[in-house]
Amino acid sequence: MNAVSEAAVSPALSRPGPPLWLLFELTYKCPLHCVFCYNPTDFTRTGAELTTSDWIRVLREARALGAVQLGLSGGEPLLRDDLELIVAEAHTLGFYTNLITSGVGLTEVRLQALKRAGLDHIQLSFQDSTREMNDFLSSTRTFELKSRVAGLIKKYDYPMVLNVVLHRLNIDHVEEILNMAEQMGADYVELANTQYYGWAARNRDRLLPSREQLRRAEEATQRFRAKVGQRIRIFFVVPDYFERRPKPCMNGLGSIFLTITPDGTALPCHAARMLPGIDFPSVRTASVESVWYDSAGFNHFRGDSWMKEPCRSCPEKAKDFGGCRCQAYMLTGDAANADPVCDLSPYHHLVTEAVVRADGPLPTVEKPLVFRDHR
Amino acid sequence: MDTIAASARPAIGRGMRLQWEPVQNAHVLLYPEGMIKLNGSAGEIMKRCDGTRTIADITADLEHTFATSDLAKDVSAFVSMAVAKQWLQIQS
Repeated sequence: MNAVSEAAVSPALSRPGPPLWLLFELTYKCPLHCVFCYNPTDFTRTGAELTTSDWIRVLREARALGAVQLGLSGGEPLLRDDLELIVAEAHTLGFYTNLITSGVGLTEVRLQALKRAGLDHIQLSFQDSTREMNDFLSSTRTFELKSRVAGLIKKYDYPMVLNVVLHRLNIDHVEEILNMAEQMGADYVELANTQYYGWAARNRDRLLPSREQLRRAEEATQRFRAKVGQRIRIFFVVPDYFERRPKPCMNGLGSIFLTITPDGTALPCHAARMLPGIDFPSVRTASVESVWYDSAGFNHFRGDSWMKEPCRSCPEKAKDFGGCRCQAYMLTGDAANADPVCDLSPYHHLVTEAVVRADGPLPTVEKPLVFRDHR
Repeated sequence: MDTIAASARPAIGRGMRLQWEPVQNAHVLLYPEGMIKLNGSAGEIMKRCDGTRTIADITADLEHTFATSDLAKDVSAFVSMAVAKQWLQIQS
């Protein structure tokens, strides 16, 4: 079959499923300044935020296509004063609604309103690293804020789900973190090692833990699991730099996930805006249906015709889809290469060298830690 | 796995929601940041788990609706599995 007829036939044969997972990044505004934030480092140069009626139109269109899970994130989504309206509409439409928040701004009045609007789930994220983590570990202001919010979450009958981002500067405190989580009454704790996008990529060499740190943290987690049993469920997510096969990022771009950024740009993953030469559509000018099924941006990495070797002939390509396109681009300069986490990638040494460097002392003056800010 | 009594009253697990999705032509179980697509029989059992009907009631209803018999063992095995996975909980 020649290339033209193949191109004409294959999209119809492989019409993708619906965007089951819809993520609204409602705003890039945030009271925190996390060094590991995955938001784009140039977020202040993006356009105006969508209006309430824009978000609601997107909800309706996505739900009609079959979307069922809605994540409400940011930035800090509580900074949008229409959050309750968006939740109410989503709930009426039949979405399962998940709020992903730092807890800053989650007063009892707002939580009551969110509960009434039908909010299904809250994930309280532990955001900042050094400043907030120091506060947290020394039981000061932030710990009080988180505890108050955790108490409210339980009072309104939500499971208490705490997400803590781990990295070189806090991973040695896993035991203390878990003890604090227990004091807060957490039902689930997700210890998620930093993934290196956005601000985190800029800070990678200061955030990547050593193998020894990782080993000790996993041991501490095991000890804690043995102590608390089923009472607290703990998920420990290993940083992919320590793996030999890449993660099946987003289950393949354009297969399940649809992210809408604050300015209405539609992306197949939170970080995809960085990929060069790909024109991602906007829900300001296109319907969700045409964004998902017809846009060049969403079709670009569907299927496997974009793949290069070693992925193209790899028997595992249907399992991991070649890993993460953004990581491939950031580390090799070409988004169509294999994710260098894979030890079959000719660029795998870039990952192993970073891991070896992390076993040494921290880089000192020449590369300071960059806090997310508005400059 | 413990056998669950036929007099037990299963209900959808805390924080979970069962709904019919026309696009998927299936019942789905929604939970924090996830979804399970149920097959036909799992959907028929779970939609009857309202916390008021017993496993025996549910079995009888299914046998009547689908004009069949001897479903007790299958229903009981499914409910046990679903309770273990926290898709269902037993009302006390």
